[in-house]
Amino acid sequence: MSMLEVALTVNGEARSGAVEPRKILADFIREDLGLTGTHLGCEQGVCGACTVLVNGQPARACLMLAVQARGAEVVTIEGLAEGGELNSLQRAMWESHGFQCGFCTPGFLMQITALLADNPQPSEPEIRAALSGNLCRCTGYESIVNGVLAAAGHPVPSAHEPQTQEPERSSVA
Amino acid sequence: MKPAPFEYRAPESLDEALALVEELGEDARPLAGGQSLIPLLSFRLARPTCLVDLAGVPELQSIRIDDGRLVIGAMVREREAERDAKVEASAPLLACALPLIGHPAIRSRGTIGGSLAHSDPAAELPAAAVALEAELIARSRTRGERTIPAADFFTGFLSTALEPDELLTEIRIMRQSPGTGCAFEEVARRHGDFAMVGAAAMVRVEDDRITEARLVLTGVSDVPVRALDAEATLTAAPFTDEVLAEAAEQTAGSLSPASDIHGSSAYRRHVAGVLVRRAVRAATQRAGVAA
Repeated sequence: MSMLEVALTVNGEARSGAVEPRKILADFIREDLGLTGTHLGCEQGVCGACTVLVNGQPARACLMLAVQARGAEVVTIEGLAEGGELNSLQRAMWESHGFQCGFCTPGFLMQITALLADNPQPSEPEIRAALSGNLCRCTGYESIVNGVLAAAGHPVPSAHEPQTQEPERSSVA
Repeated sequence: MKPAPFEYRAPESLDEALALVEELGEDARPLAGGQSLIPLLSFRLARPTCLVDLAGVPELQSIRIDDGRLVIGAMVREREAERDAKVEASAPLLACALPLIGHPAIRSRGTIGGSLAHSDPAAELPAAAVALEAELIARSRTRGERTIPAADFFTGFLSTALEPDELLTEIRIMRQSPGTGCAFEEVARRHGDFAMVGAAAMVRVEDDRITEARLVLTGVSDVPVRALDAEATLTAAPFTDEVLAEAAEQTAGSLSPASDIHGSSAYRRHVAGVLVRRAVRAATQRAGVAA
């Protein structure tokens, strides 16, 4: 099988590799580039965990071949932090407890990054519509939506704020 | 899941692409946005020997107005069409259908031509194309261009009138005339999933009467289904709730959708009737009639 050269920009850095045509972009990112923050859930375009930005647009890295990303600018979850510090979205998600097991988190954050770039002040219904293609099997959607609201500078419903005054509960989610 | 091996070609002009699909024959597949094809490859439900990636073919990328028609290149991404003012102004039905396709991350890769040529029985764009009476333009290296009416393009489950040496190059749509309203309504398990049933409606209204109606259902057969009897009912008498109910009943009664884990045949028939009512009502309101 012939190998093809793939040269692209990932998180601002020029990267390249030689791949079989059948190599899926997500596998290329994880295996060839060593960026394992992009998670593969369903590998069939349903769960959204592998969402990355390709030329600024959200795309499922399991629904692209690596060769289709030749010359593209790709941003993965590793590209969000600024100077080693969480960016404002990551911080808002952290403060809102916007993840539980964390498996879906990279895909959510990349999709939210695309949403906020398009629409810096999304309403809650707009947030829910934009995230409808990302699955969280811990079903922690409320805290994820609150994280986006916080990142967009909206007041977050108080009922969902961390309840530090309550007696300690079982940690079983 | 890993696709079986295949070769990859990336033509840089339409002539080169047409020569390649002719030379490689039926074992090769054109690659548009890949949002349906790549899962088929990953599941090894499709095992082409070669993919011909059309992303670098400049002739397939534009949206333009030409001789009173909206012309959309086959490789225009769904998200791009969704954001294009010409689409919104000239073909509002398409503008209604586009946001219902998949999720944003699917639409930023998925293409207009790819969705049409894939001919998924539950997809939105085939139904919209039939309702719009769109013309689909196919081209081969040896025979040149031919025009296929949308009604003749979708021939069966994942099957179209395209020959193996042809590529779908563009879709042409008559610009919507004043006094026309449209709507696309669907029911899906989750926003963005393939619809269990969808209904596209376009009506032209004069003096509180529907003078022209087009009604097309998706998800209820192998191909989009045009509800001609219901269209006739809608235009035969002044528009009332009773006329609408009759058209909805007629549509539902004429369908025999398959049952699957998402819903029984009877449920889909029922939903089809509901969606016809919703879509026609919304379309008439947008055309300026409050029924």
